[in-house]
Amino acid sequence: MNELLAIRGLRTYFHTESGVAKAVDGVDLDIAQGEVLGLVGESGSGKSVTALSILRLIPDPPGRIVAGDILFKGRDLLKLSWDDIREIRGNAISMVFQEPMTSLNPVFTIGMQVMEVIQAHEKVSRREAHRRAVDILTEVGIPDPEQRMKQYPHHFSGGQRQRVMIAIALVLNPSLLIADEPTTALDVTIQAQILDLMLEMKARRAGASILLITHNLAVVAETCDRVAVMYGGKIQEVAPIDTLFKTPFHPYTHGLLGSIPSVEGPKARRLTVIPGSVPDIHQLPVGCKFVTRCPYAFEPCPDNEPPLIEESPGHWVRCHLYPHGGKAAI
Amino acid sequence: MSSEILLDVQNLVVKFPVFGGVLLRRVGEVEAVKGISFQLNRGETLGLVGESGCGKTTVGRAIINILRAMSYRVEISGKVLYRTDSGVIDLLPLTRTQMRPYRAGIQMVFQDPYSSLNPRKTVDQIVGEPLRIHTEMTRAERADRVRWLLEKVGLSARHVNRYPHEFSGGQRQRIGIARALATNPKIVIADEPVSALDVSIQAQVINVMQDLQEEFGLSYIFIAHDLSVVRHISNRIAVMSWGNIVEIGPAEQIYKHPQHPYSQTLLAAAPRPDPAYRRRRTS
Repeated sequence: MNELLAIRGLRTYFHTESGVAKAVDGVDLDIAQGEVLGLVGESGSGKSVTALSILRLIPDPPGRIVAGDILFKGRDLLKLSWDDIREIRGNAISMVFQEPMTSLNPVFTIGMQVMEVIQAHEKVSRREAHRRAVDILTEVGIPDPEQRMKQYPHHFSGGQRQRVMIAIALVLNPSLLIADEPTTALDVTIQAQILDLMLEMKARRAGASILLITHNLAVVAETCDRVAVMYGGKIQEVAPIDTLFKTPFHPYTHGLLGSIPSVEGPKARRLTVIPGSVPDIHQLPVGCKFVTRCPYAFEPCPDNEPPLIEESPGHWVRCHLYPHGGKAAI
Repeated sequence: MSSEILLDVQNLVVKFPVFGGVLLRRVGEVEAVKGISFQLNRGETLGLVGESGCGKTTVGRAIINILRAMSYRVEISGKVLYRTDSGVIDLLPLTRTQMRPYRAGIQMVFQDPYSSLNPRKTVDQIVGEPLRIHTEMTRAERADRVRWLLEKVGLSARHVNRYPHEFSGGQRQRIGIARALATNPKIVIADEPVSALDVSIQAQVINVMQDLQEEFGLSYIFIAHDLSVVRHISNRIAVMSWGNIVEIGPAEQIYKHPQHPYSQTLLAAAPRPDPAYRRRRTS
């Protein structure tokens, strides 16, 4: 596989009054060129912190990347100078955030905000930057872009703002787009449009990859090539999309899939439930992070963290039920 | 399920005035609900789906008659006929005081389990408050009932003296449900009760709501934007768009054969947890 980004042993800790929160605690993850990778998890699983760590956007203090490498096209992003990482942000790797309301600056026009990215990274004339801004806004489906460039974010609807965010993120043709819950704040019909738009834009940029962070497995099913499931600051399972939905290995993934009601097919009378709640990030279990909620937990689970192993080709799982090539126990 | 009609909403219209100019004169109005009618039967769950701004939350608030308290000079017309043991009464024209005896029978569960519980009150006070207002129970009787309610929603009765911040989101939503059930209501209006919760917690809360419905014969109006959740819990569904109900019918019928173009669009847009579906849609 042609790796674009390789995360190795990433640990991002937050030092708070109530102790050390190990938000990301040893994450290994690869993103191949041209792939859409989904990173799924519940709140507090560490998925957003992983994304922010890639671009070194962790507020320090209280947060700090304490270990790991993030290799992007062979360069370790964690060892770059401040100026070098700034050159990468918005240019080679860009990001779209959840809140289209707060991620645009309310006091600047949309045009200024799109042009700012272009002029920050490339020596181009205002006229050229303006032309490219109009082009990208046209591409993301903003009607009448010349006029809309002069307007402010509050003139735009939520879906349109997210289109503008995608325009800003993609105007410099980055190799990697990180989208952190890009459709969570949007209505379903708008969500479908924005997901389609992201995939279309990617298709037009040969070799570009997307890291899509979401809590919504249905969104993952509709968009991703591969999925990584996170829980308790660790990757618990990685698999190609069809494999994950057809034969999930990890009990947590099983539980997640069982707890989503469907819009079609037979209707379950009761939903399968993962008992308990997400553990406090300051007091994660020593062994498997899912042990407190796992229906299959047995004696090694509380004390020994299982390794992430490749149980079948391309399908990785972190669970004692799968001891190195053993048989699926579920 | 009997088909006894508990609630009969007839031609409900809600208009919010828009004030503008220096003197803040009334310059226009927004018709949030444009004359909708529907009925709620005893023991059933009616799902109210639609996108943000379609008026679904306003409908819920109109039924429990809190719109006038929430919004200055709101105009409401139509009828909300509520069946009580002593006959049918229209709730809409009632004043706050007149409404009070009926409020015990219609309760509400809110979306945000963080802002809908008073952080300065203990669980005992929060869940016990409707009992203090609506019943003649003594302090000891109330305490007993609060403990009983907590166990019913799957919390420990030992938690009565804790404050909301000591609970997780899912647990807080259970407290909200316990509060809604305190007065033995017949109808519970739940406005996006699980959309602020994590996926693995949503299922727990939905199951609790279904168990309670069976045990107490509750009727739910379940307001939500998540089509899969609504399908799971509802017997009938009303699809709302721009203040109108564009389609209403049995849940399965609407999901299998949506008639109105808007229902069709909405259903087609809903993501499926099934990678095979994507290929069907895009090919």
